[in-house]
Amino acid sequence: MALRTLNVAPGFMRFMPKEYQDLVEKGPFGRQIKVTDLGTFKEVLEEHPMCEGCAMAFFIRLSLAALPNPEHTVMVGTAGCGRLAISQAAIPFVYGNYCDTNGVATGLKRGLQIRFPGQHKDVVVMAGDGGLSDIGFSQVMHSWFRKEKFTTIMLDNEVYGNTGGQESGMTRKGEVVKMAPLGKQFEKIDMLGLAQTSGVAYIARLTPTNPSRVFSTIRKAVLIAREVGPTYVQAYTSCNIEYSIAPEKVLDDARQVEKERYGFVEIMSDEAKAYLERIDAESKA
Amino acid sequence: MEKHAKQRVVSPEYMFFEAPRTRHFITGSEAASEAVRRANLDIAIAYPITPQSETMQRVGDLFGEGFLKDYYRAEDEIGAFSAISGASRTGVRCLTASSGPGLMRGLEVIASWPGHRLPLVFLIMCRVINAPLSIQPDNLELAYMLNTGSVLFHAENQQDFFDYTLASFIISEKCEVTLPVSVAVDGFFVTHARGWVEMPSAELKLPGRDCYNEAVPMIDNENPPIRIARDAPIQKSNFISYQMHAAWQQEIHAAQERSRRWITRYMGGLLEITNPDAETIIIASGSAVSQSREALRQAQDMGHQVGLIKIKSLRPFPVQELRQACQHAKRIIVPEFNCVGWLNREVRATLYGHTEAEIADGPRVYGGITMPTEMILEWLLDAEKGGQ
Ligand SMILES: Cc1ncc(C[n+]2csc(CCOP(=O)(O)OP(=O)(O)O)c2C)c(N)n1
Ligand code: SF4
Repeated sequence: MALRTLNVAPGFMRFMPKEYQDLVEKGPFGRQIKVTDLGTFKEVLEEHPMCEGCAMAFFIRLSLAALPNPEHTVMVGTAGCGRLAISQAAIPFVYGNYCDTNGVATGLKRGLQIRFPGQHKDVVVMAGDGGLSDIGFSQVMHSWFRKEKFTTIMLDNEVYGNTGGQESGMTRKGEVVKMAPLGKQFEKIDMLGLAQTSGVAYIARLTPTNPSRVFSTIRKAVLIAREVGPTYVQAYTSCNIEYSIAPEKVLDDARQVEKERYGFVEIMSDEAKAYLERIDAESKA
Repeated sequence: MEKHAKQRVVSPEYMFFEAPRTRHFITGSEAASEAVRRANLDIAIAYPITPQSETMQRVGDLFGEGFLKDYYRAEDEIGAFSAISGASRTGVRCLTASSGPGLMRGLEVIASWPGHRLPLVFLIMCRVINAPLSIQPDNLELAYMLNTGSVLFHAENQQDFFDYTLASFIISEKCEVTLPVSVAVDGFFVTHARGWVEMPSAELKLPGRDCYNEAVPMIDNENPPIRIARDAPIQKSNFISYQMHAAWQQEIHAAQERSRRWITRYMGGLLEITNPDAETIIIASGSAVSQSREALRQAQDMGHQVGLIKIKSLRPFPVQELRQACQHAKRIIVPEFNCVGWLNREVRATLYGHTEAEIADGPRVYGGITMPTEMILEWLLDAEKGGQ
């Protein structure tokens, strides 16, 4: 929502729900939120029905707070756990069919470009590993080949969480999960490699262990998508239900996975780098 | 100045009824793309399939000439139909198209457009559904389209394809409709054959989409309230969720019903009747109407009185009009270009309890052949003899 549409007509504000008043007065709209601001402003996402201690919910909360211009952002999700939270946020959210995120985002971005050529409208896909690497794989790849200017964020819990724990292409080889009774027979799909081959301008892989890193990664991914090309962020967001991780141990698990295999990876094209330097210099000037 | 820049915006009424028209001998694909030229279209997304491709290639050329603002070839039909749904949500005027197997591939997406309340135009150039592989005309796919919630027209010839396509953009975007409108034609018979088409000047175009005058807010971050999940998932197992989903489905069908007024205004009604007093009646849609017209002429030459009802709108279906028109009918035949007889079923369901007429279960051809007028004639004469 452009900032002006947030404000209700004079005199009506006191009749609006407290939630709404807080969003207008203490929300993140129209200013750049820093990670240290968490806890001091009204976030776009507060309540949600995801499982207790779910790392995905935590990552989504951080990502939404990190958006550079939430007032001009559209989120695109699909079937899967993540949309239970994303759909509760104070940001327009589109939920179509399972698999269609990157097609829908393509149409949204192009339509918004036609109607608002002078205004950056950020389109951000946020969906599960099944939604992006299996059923939606073709649309993800083709949006990259076409160099569509939006961000794709994979909530990688390495399983189909929402349907009760079946194998996905991002499940690790050997893992025994539903529909993989003998353990998964093939390797986790190398989405980072595929993104590189497809010429994605900014690629990152991370876990939610370090909130300021999540902030800077999301910010870079959204900004680069405006001018340079497609961007891809893959976040390890464990499913504590399906992988039997106690809620209080979720971040320990994330730290361990980060250390042992997930790491923090960032791959940026020269053009993306130059663009970031330019806008940072401009914002300091 | 470029041709597209010279186009003048005129009201739908002027475009459809008042603007002087000139006659052109063109194919159905040309007729559809000429409609698009005058439609003030923003974006089209295409995926090739015969016999649809020719139209959408031509629409691509129109993009090249500047008549559209955006256009691309998608990765497949699911990609094309998903992307056009994204574009429609932002408030721009949208077009896509397909045929038989492509339509079937994208059916999940097609059936979700109405629920998302997405105005757009979907052209269907009918073709056999595989297997065995074939590209021939056969309109079985329309049996699947009937229950998707989309408004659905069946054009008889090149002229209809031009007129219905142009009218569809306006009907689809009417506030009380806010639904996709699909325009079907029989492949090849219409798309690849020439016929006379009367068209207003190419220097005219329709007014653009007025997206803030529709039933649901746009996903453009420009309209309050902000806390909006227009496509909210309603998945809880409780009565509120059942009620919401049920109400929403009712609303889609109610919106379809509300389109009647605009179909009547812009397309002259949901059906068209020749010889209303005849006791033997042919009911048909699409190019089966053209064949029936010729059979009717031959039957008249032989001294038989025969009526013809052309169904233009399949959704909404002309229920009252058909009951009225068949009040005094004694015999009805329903020629179709598909093996399941979907129009026959519609006719029977509509007329049940409202007519004394014998309704024949045919005639039908399928697999792609055209229906010989002799076949319709044979069924007509058989019907007159009272046997089948
Ligand atoms: C066309 C279609 N096929 C299958 C489903 C069922 N389905 C819903 S959610 C889901 C799995 C979600 O897994 P993932 O995308 O990894 O997200 P997660 O729930 O793990 O976050 C599946 C298979 C569906 N809704 N639609
Ligand atoms: S099932 Fe797993 S991923 Fe889904 S909400 Fe629960 S913990 Fe999170």
